[in-house]
Amino acid sequence: MDFKMLLYILLMGVFVNNYVLNKFLGICPFLGVSKKFNQASGMGIAVIFVMLVATAVTWPIQIYVLDPAGLGFLQTIVFILVIAALVQFVEIVLKKFIPALHKSLGVYLPLITTNCAVLGVAINNITDGYNFIESMFSSLGVGLGFLLAMVLFAGVRSRIENCPSPKAVQGLPITLIAASIVSLAFFGFSGVLENLLGIA
Amino acid sequence: MIEIIISASVLVIIALLCAVLLTVSSVFFGVKEDERFGAVRDCLPGANCGACGYSGCDGYAKALVEGKTDNPNLCVPGGDGTACEIGSIMGLAAQDVVERVAYVACNGSCPIDERKYAYEGIKTCVAANLAYSGDRFCTFACLGYGDCVRVCPRDAISINEERCIAEINPTKCIGCGLCAKECPNGIIHLINDTSRVVVKCNSHNKGAQVRKVCINGCIACGKCEKSCPEGAIKVVDNLATIDYEKCTGCGTCHDVCPVKCIHVGNFICGSHFE
Repeated sequence: MDFKMLLYILLMGVFVNNYVLNKFLGICPFLGVSKKFNQASGMGIAVIFVMLVATAVTWPIQIYVLDPAGLGFLQTIVFILVIAALVQFVEIVLKKFIPALHKSLGVYLPLITTNCAVLGVAINNITDGYNFIESMFSSLGVGLGFLLAMVLFAGVRSRIENCPSPKAVQGLPITLIAASIVSLAFFGFSGVLENLLGIA
Repeated sequence: MIEIIISASVLVIIALLCAVLLTVSSVFFGVKEDERFGAVRDCLPGANCGACGYSGCDGYAKALVEGKTDNPNLCVPGGDGTACEIGSIMGLAAQDVVERVAYVACNGSCPIDERKYAYEGIKTCVAANLAYSGDRFCTFACLGYGDCVRVCPRDAISINEERCIAEINPTKCIGCGLCAKECPNGIIHLINDTSRVVVKCNSHNKGAQVRKVCINGCIACGKCEKSCPEGAIKVVDNLATIDYEKCTGCGTCHDVCPVKCIHVGNFICGSHFE
């Protein structure tokens, strides 16, 4: 097992290929739930959890069911179905056995059942040809990247709320402008990791 | 053709597996919610006003079901009907609900054309009140920027443009008290809707000071106190104050009041009309 490669995949997900700020996936919760720090971090942790669970299930389905049967074109619809059912199942189990966790995560779980970032990471793991361990690390990295983006942006937004902005850009427009600037900052990470870890 | 059948059947099988998983898990792991919660929640009016002291109708229903309170009569907007229904669901003795109604304790008789200063800030009472207790000459006056209008769930409050004060229509008021909490001057009071007499002034200033800015303000002359046959009205801190436990609503105080700040009327609360 190449430890360096796993670290590379993990950090790629967090910084370089940040799903929200670089690939523009999962923008809806990014703009919707990033108003307050508490909500943003709760949502981020729920997303990490769902991404890991979703990858753990969709990767075997793709490799052991869909690919041998030559049904690769069913990927999207099967993944949506499986992820949605799985999140429901996890919610029921959490409610029964860990009510405290359900109370803190529960509101966000239905929101992200078929979020495009969750589906995106499941599909990208397959197209990038990762094995199971690599897929799990990739999901963890992407989830952490989502959490990072949410938390950073919650800070940015709380500063924006306290600043007078021109009437024409108040509300969503100024939020989108701020998001684009934060996104630009993340583009600066491209190429850094390859040199840092010595991967060509 | 065979590909369509295969792909469809694979999808159906996966969906079926998911369905079985969810059904089984909901049977084995399902958490039962108290059935009475839904029933109680259905009888509450759903205004989420918070008059009961809980965070809304859901909060009150939850407190009842979990046994945190055994008062089925806390819902003021729902009135006696709701209290009876909740009582029968929860097996509690229904108690009579005291309907409440809000009134604005200000006549708005200080000048509106002339102001203490020209206020140009945000048009809310809270903001205006921060600057020298508002722009009207009387520091106890209703500022008329309508903070109470915005919180009223039943559209019972309107702004009287002529005198620049909020007016409450008692037939629409459900006595939730949101306006009383919102008013920065604290001039909206809640009374039992059986009351007939209110003092429409909230000024604790001395008589001469009141007289300078307002023709209808309470000057604390004490005529009402002397004339009241029940001894229900007292001048406390330069303001006539009615003790509603003793008041019979005879209206003697209204007749003798030299500035006409004591009003007699009907305050039957909106809950009776629903």
